[in-house]
Amino acid sequence: MSKIKVVHYLNQFFAQIGGEEMADIEPEIREGLIGPGLALQQALGADYEIVATVICGDNYFGSNLEEAQSRILELIKPYSPQLFIAGPAFNAGRYGVACGTIAAAVEKEFGIPALTGMYVENPGVEMFKKDLYIIETANSAAGMRKAMPKIANLAQKLIKGDEILPPAVDGYHERGIRVNYFHDQRGSARAVDMLLQKVKGEEYQTEYPMPYFDRVPPATPIADMSKAKVAIVSSGGIVPVGNPDRIESSSATKFGKYDVTGMDRMSKDDFISIHGGYDTAYILEDPNLAIPLDVLREMEKEGRIGELANYFYSTTGTGTSVGNAEVFGTEIGKQLLADGVTAVILTST
Amino acid sequence: MVKEIERYGLPVVHMCTIVPISLTIGANRILPTVAIPYPLGDPHLGEEKSKNLRRHLVERGLDALQTEVSGQTVFEE
Repeated sequence: MSKIKVVHYLNQFFAQIGGEEMADIEPEIREGLIGPGLALQQALGADYEIVATVICGDNYFGSNLEEAQSRILELIKPYSPQLFIAGPAFNAGRYGVACGTIAAAVEKEFGIPALTGMYVENPGVEMFKKDLYIIETANSAAGMRKAMPKIANLAQKLIKGDEILPPAVDGYHERGIRVNYFHDQRGSARAVDMLLQKVKGEEYQTEYPMPYFDRVPPATPIADMSKAKVAIVSSGGIVPVGNPDRIESSSATKFGKYDVTGMDRMSKDDFISIHGGYDTAYILEDPNLAIPLDVLREMEKEGRIGELANYFYSTTGTGTSVGNAEVFGTEIGKQLLADGVTAVILTST
Repeated sequence: MVKEIERYGLPVVHMCTIVPISLTIGANRILPTVAIPYPLGDPHLGEEKSKNLRRHLVERGLDALQTEVSGQTVFEE
């Protein structure tokens, strides 16, 4: 029986060509294995053969994504590989991105299993975990000895069509893919069991790890509100009629900044809500229910507040990822600060 | 968003309806509002009373912004 043909991808460093000073080298291919290819070959065993090693400088790849991919695919083609392994890249960011990119491209172009390995903090993990199996590795090449057997093991499973087990078992990064299965115990029974363990102070295993939210020190309170510049921010999805910025009804990827200069209140002729997570009937009739412009204008006239900013920031809260919300908040905060705003009212439905 | 704005040192009051979410995420000054489809007012009370309610809530929001807090605080009536 002929051996399974493997092509291995390495950067300039692991291909033993050079360090940073050689990071611009263009794609090239060499027969057989190089450097860590030996460990990979040993881990894969006699049924597999690394027929070629394709090399590219990390900087060249990063600056020429399209060209690097197409050239590498061309170089690989004559070898008719049945398996493609990139790296592992450990914690090297450019290398990780290159490995992820080329493995995904090979998988797509040739329809063969392609995998790689990275340390959890490598940006390549976030970028490619949904597209590829990325074996979990240590943060430096000192972890090569442990990484290769894991890569080889998963590669062999993919070739043989064996069942791929959960991330913790087969040693790859969680992909964010949910797989339904039947448990022999009902959910209610498992929940009670877990609760009893918790109550007894015994160790228990959560079925769903909860995200961690940090805390921010409370900002100093406003000493004199009659001198403060107040701004409104909202997650209620209030936008000008026509939704000019095309803010999404759910899972927003952007926020808007909308002018209310000269307006004493929010008018339904000017503003609507595009929020997909609540019944917008009331707010469509009276947007002041979400953006309290009417009362804040009165308070501005009365001197209860020093000044009201002549705009409000708006996005849709429902389904919007924490990550995106953080990005919005950081940018909005920056703009508010630059505009001399000293206090913020953030409304949510 | 509340936390990222506050990280600049700007006091923020989160006037929201689903307080548990705000608490979980970590807002420091939280003011519970009326209902999900109408946080700042109550259309069932009629325009004038709804606006008065809104005024009252925003007043309390401003008070919260003027109040020293040592950690997360829900400003109940």
